[in-house]
Amino acid sequence: MVQHNIDIKKLKIPEPIVVITDLSLYYGKTQALKGITLDISQKRVTSFIGPSGCGKSTLIRCLNRLNDLIEGVTIEGNIKIDGQDIYAPAINVTELRKKVGMVFQKPNPFPKTIYENVVYGPRVQGINKKSVLDEICEKALKKAALWDEVKDRLRTSALDLSGGQQQRICIARAIATEPEIILLDEPCSALDPIATAKIEDMLVDLKKDYTVIIVTHNMQQAARISDYTGFFMLGTLVEFNITTEIFTNPREKQTEDYITGRFG
Amino acid sequence: MTREAYHKALNNLQDEVLEMADMVANAIKKSVESLQKRDMNASRVIITNDSLINKKRFAIEEKCISLIATQQPMAVDLRVLTSILSVITDLERMGDHAEGIAKISLLIGDEPLVKPLIDIPRMADIGLSMLDKCLKAFVNRDVEAARRICNEDDTVDALHDQVYRELLILMIQNPKIIHQATYLTWVSHNLERIADRVTNIAERIVFMVTGKMEEMNVSKY
Repeated sequence: MVQHNIDIKKLKIPEPIVVITDLSLYYGKTQALKGITLDISQKRVTSFIGPSGCGKSTLIRCLNRLNDLIEGVTIEGNIKIDGQDIYAPAINVTELRKKVGMVFQKPNPFPKTIYENVVYGPRVQGINKKSVLDEICEKALKKAALWDEVKDRLRTSALDLSGGQQQRICIARAIATEPEIILLDEPCSALDPIATAKIEDMLVDLKKDYTVIIVTHNMQQAARISDYTGFFMLGTLVEFNITTEIFTNPREKQTEDYITGRFG
Repeated sequence: MTREAYHKALNNLQDEVLEMADMVANAIKKSVESLQKRDMNASRVIITNDSLINKKRFAIEEKCISLIATQQPMAVDLRVLTSILSVITDLERMGDHAEGIAKISLLIGDEPLVKPLIDIPRMADIGLSMLDKCLKAFVNRDVEAARRICNEDDTVDALHDQVYRELLILMIQNPKIIHQATYLTWVSHNLERIADRVTNIAERIVFMVTGKMEEMNVSKY
């Protein structure tokens, strides 16, 4: 396969917080990522799109080293976050995951109260003072656009909430530890359009404080909310550009064919 | 409300259309004033500034295309965006008509006018008032107001007839003025077209609100 990665060399990404250089990843002998080079801008929403199996989820799982937990994975190349090589031996992975929070496809609140879900991270970090935790809880729920809906029932089980609310609880839980980067892997695929719209609005708001990286099967979602979009195919980054450019005037024929529904 | 950023972008786009319309209205007003006052410098400014109107049109067009490509507008939002694309084309052409009048003013040069201009400024005034009402109807999504504007086009058509006849008589009486009198009929034609373009915009407003395409005024020209 021809290695493209053309645009990234021309495209000046302002204030890159994540710098990925020539990243390859193998599951055993199968190569899932092929020489990805990419900068991700601070306090922006960056989306990764592409057909199933294109490597987009694998790539974001590299950013908080979740792939470390899978046997037989080998990684080549380099990822720097805030200028630090996150695969360097000296890196404390727990600290890294504190800085790079993650929300998954299916809402996975703990079987605890709404309050305990949100303050789980800070508690693990050793914060026990009620007034501090209360403040963290309120702030995180407000940022996750959920406070008004749940403020009167913080002590009820998070499992009683709707799917969309549960997903926002998970986002509040990720925010509560004050990460710099929030990774979202298909966060709306199990949600209805209204719940999806609420999450999308919230993500656009979140970029005031955080760098948001989202993997989505729904390319319209990438179009609606992201500032930058990367299109992946078969483990290769085919094109990376400003979102409006990708969706109005893609440089690569493969991108055009994918977004116009001619394949994929 | 959900999709706040998108709805804000739609509102901003509407404000930009109003800004562009303001630039065009100003060009029309000044083009006739400078013709009347024989102010060549003012005419030249209108010609130079037409490129700003064109640039504004391209900027709005680009934003419309981006919103259509990225936000999947539906129903009324989709009609607003496609209507804006059509409205800015009409506005841009109206700007060209104003530029045309300014160019005619330069062509007439230092000659004194063969007659005092009375109906031509009236045509401009009516056209501008139609545009103003049209923009209010656009902002208020007022179908009835948009329909009423189209009737006013008949007055502009009648004035154009009058100017044409009057200039024809003057030309028959004194063939030496044919040169300038022909230029003045062009001015009148430009103003007549401006009013027609306002009725196009009014038709778009009706479409934007009702979803129905209606031809509301068939101009005799």
